[in-house]
Amino acid sequence: MDTIKSQQVTFKVFRFNEETDYLPYYNTYVLDVTHEEVVLDILNRIKWDHDGSLSYRRSCRHGICGVCAIKANGKGILACKTRLFDLIETFGSEITLEPLSVKRAIKDLIIDKKDFWDKHAAVQPYLVSDIEEHPASEHLVSPHDAEKLLEADYCIQCGACHYSCPALEINEQYFGPAAFAAAYRFSADVRDEASVERLHTVNEEAQGVWDCVKCMECAEVCPKEVNPIEKITKLHNMVFEAGIAKNNVATRHAVGFAHSIAKHGLLDEGELVRYSEGNIGVLKHVPVAIKMFTKGKIVLPWNMPKADKLDEIQKLIKSSSTVKF
Amino acid sequence: MEKLKYALFTGCTAKESTPEQMMSTLAVANKLGIELVELTEASCCGASHLQDYDDFLSLVLNARNIAYAEKHGLTMVTICNTCQLNTAMTKHRLDHNAELKAKVNAKLAEVGLEYKGSSQITHFLYAIIDDFGLDKIKEMVVTPLSQFNIAPFYGCHNIRPSELQNESHKSHESAYTPTSLDDLIIACGGVNVDYEQKNKCCGFHAELQAPRTAAVLTGNAVAGAMDANADWMVTPCPLCHLKLDTQTHHASVAIGREVSLPVLHMQQMVGLALGCTPAELGLNHHVTKVDFV
Ligand code: SF4
Ligand code: SF4
Ligand code: SF4
Ligand code: SF4
Ligand code: FES
Repeated sequence: MDTIKSQQVTFKVFRFNEETDYLPYYNTYVLDVTHEEVVLDILNRIKWDHDGSLSYRRSCRHGICGVCAIKANGKGILACKTRLFDLIETFGSEITLEPLSVKRAIKDLIIDKKDFWDKHAAVQPYLVSDIEEHPASEHLVSPHDAEKLLEADYCIQCGACHYSCPALEINEQYFGPAAFAAAYRFSADVRDEASVERLHTVNEEAQGVWDCVKCMECAEVCPKEVNPIEKITKLHNMVFEAGIAKNNVATRHAVGFAHSIAKHGLLDEGELVRYSEGNIGVLKHVPVAIKMFTKGKIVLPWNMPKADKLDEIQKLIKSSSTVKF
Repeated sequence: MEKLKYALFTGCTAKESTPEQMMSTLAVANKLGIELVELTEASCCGASHLQDYDDFLSLVLNARNIAYAEKHGLTMVTICNTCQLNTAMTKHRLDHNAELKAKVNAKLAEVGLEYKGSSQITHFLYAIIDDFGLDKIKEMVVTPLSQFNIAPFYGCHNIRPSELQNESHKSHESAYTPTSLDDLIIACGGVNVDYEQKNKCCGFHAELQAPRTAAVLTGNAVAGAMDANADWMVTPCPLCHLKLDTQTHHASVAIGREVSLPVLHMQQMVGLALGCTPAELGLNHHVTKVDFV
C-alpha cells in the first residue's frame, strides 16, 4: 500500500458539559489523516489517543442508524460516511466539528433531539390501516405504487436537515423537513388510511409546510438523498388535491400566480400581494410600497406588461390545469 | 472569439420591481459584446410557488419557455436565481423522465410547440464566468472597485441543490464554499468580504406567509455583512435584491438592530467596473440609497 495519501489537518472540536460548564469551548488537535479515513475515525482517534472524555454518538458505522450526524464547518454530515478528503476539498485543512445544534448540546457532540422526535411523532410516522387479524393474503404494493414514495423511506432520522433548516431555527413550531418527509412517506403509501388527517396537520399555519422558505438546505444536506423539499412540494399539492386547503394568505399566494399568469402571462407583483393578503392585510405593505413607487419600482395596473402570444399561455392553462381552489 | 449569443429569459421582476436589473443587464451585455435575444413570449416561471398549487401546469409553462429558447437554437440565460432553479429543474425532470416529457409535449403540441431538451439553461453570472471569462473582464475594467469591501450574497436558488445546479454550468460551485461571485468581485478589482450568511437564505419566498422568519433572515444577512465591514452587498438574484434593498426596516425591527447596506445587482457591479454610468445602471431605482457613486 504505497499509495496511501495523508495530510495534516487542524481539528477544532466543540466541548461542553451541560452539568459542569457554563460556556462551551473548543479543543484543537493537529492530526495526519489518510485518504480512506472518515470523520468517525478521527473522533475515535481523539477519544482513544488524546482525551477519553470526548463524547459523541456512534452505532452502526454504516450510514444506517443516523446517530452520528454532526456538523463539520457548518455542514451537516454523518461522521461515519464522510471522508476527510472530501471535507478538505470543500473547506481546506481546518475543520471545526460541532454538534448538529449548538444550543441543544448536552455533552460535546451529543445533543438532546427531543424536538426532532416530538415533531416526527406528531405526523403519525407509521401506516394507519384497518387490517384483519388473520388476513388471507398479503397486502401487496405494486412496484409502480412503491415508486410513489420517491425514496422518502430512505430517511434514517439523522436530523441533519432538521438542524440545518433556517425556518425551524427561527420558528420553533415549524415541523421541519424530516417530519414532512415522513408525513409524505406514509400519506403516499397506498395502504395508508390516515392521509387526510396527516395533511390537516401539515396544513396548519406556523407548524405546517407553508412556513418553508424554500432555501433547499434540506435537499443539499441529506446524506440519504431523501430530498425533503420535494416531498414538501408534494404535500402542498396533496393539500390542494384533497380539497382541504384553507383560504389564507399562504394558499392564496400560491394560487395567485396562476391567476396572474392567466391574465398577463407574467406575474402581477402588486396584485399578487393584494390578492394574497386581502384588501385589509395589504395595508401593512403600503409604507414600503410608497418607497418603492417613488423609485420607479411599482408598475401601475394599466401599465402591466404582457407576454407575447398570451393566447398560447391561456390555452395551456385551460388544458393543463390539474387542480381547482 | 466568436460573439456570444444567448436567449434571454428576463423573468417578471426585471420588468416590474427591479427595472434597474434589466437596464444593467443590457448595459453590461453591450459592453461585453454579448448578444441577448429576449424571449418576449416567455411566461412567469411560477417562482417556486405555482408548483405548490399545480405542479403539472408549472412544468408545462416552463417547458414552453425553454421550447422558445430551443427554437432559436440558443442557450437560455436567466437573470434571476429562482427563474434559474425552476427552469433548470423542469429541464432536469423532463430530460430524465420520458413519460413525463411525452405528457408535457402532448400539451405543448396544442399550441404547435415541442420541448426537445436541446438548450442549456444557465444564469448570466455563470455565462460571464464560463463563456466570457474572468480574465477578459479583468482586462476590460476601467474603474477598479479597489476602495470597496464588497459582500457577496449568493442566494439559495443559484447554489442549491448543488447536484442540479452544477449540471447548468461548467465551473464547479460548492453550496458550502461558493466562489463564483467572490471571483467576480475580485475580477472587478473589489475586495471580497467573507461572512457566515453569504450562502444563506434571505427569506424572500416566505415574506407573506411567514413574515417574522423572512425578516429575521434578511436582518441576519445584512448584519453579517455589516459586521464583516462590508461597504455594500452584491447579488445575482433580483428577489434577494428586493428583500435586502426594500425590507431592511422590517428586518431591523425583527432582529432588534438597525441594519442597512446598499445592495447592487451583480450586473450593476460589473457595469460600474466597466465604466457604465450610474444612470445606465439604474442606480437611482434603489430604496436603500447607493451613496458611494
Ligand atoms: S427548503 Fe424548507 S424545509 Fe428545507 S431546509 Fe429550507 S426552509 Fe427548511
Ligand atoms: S431526510 Fe435525510 S437529512 Fe433529514 S433526517 Fe432523513 S436522512 Fe437525515
Ligand atoms: S422567479 Fe420571479 S422573476 Fe423569475 S419568472 Fe418567476 S416570478 Fe418572474
Ligand atoms: S429566499 Fe432569498 S436567498 Fe433564498 S432563494 Fe429566495 S431570493 Fe434567494
Ligand atoms: S454510526 Fe450509524 S449512521 Fe453513522
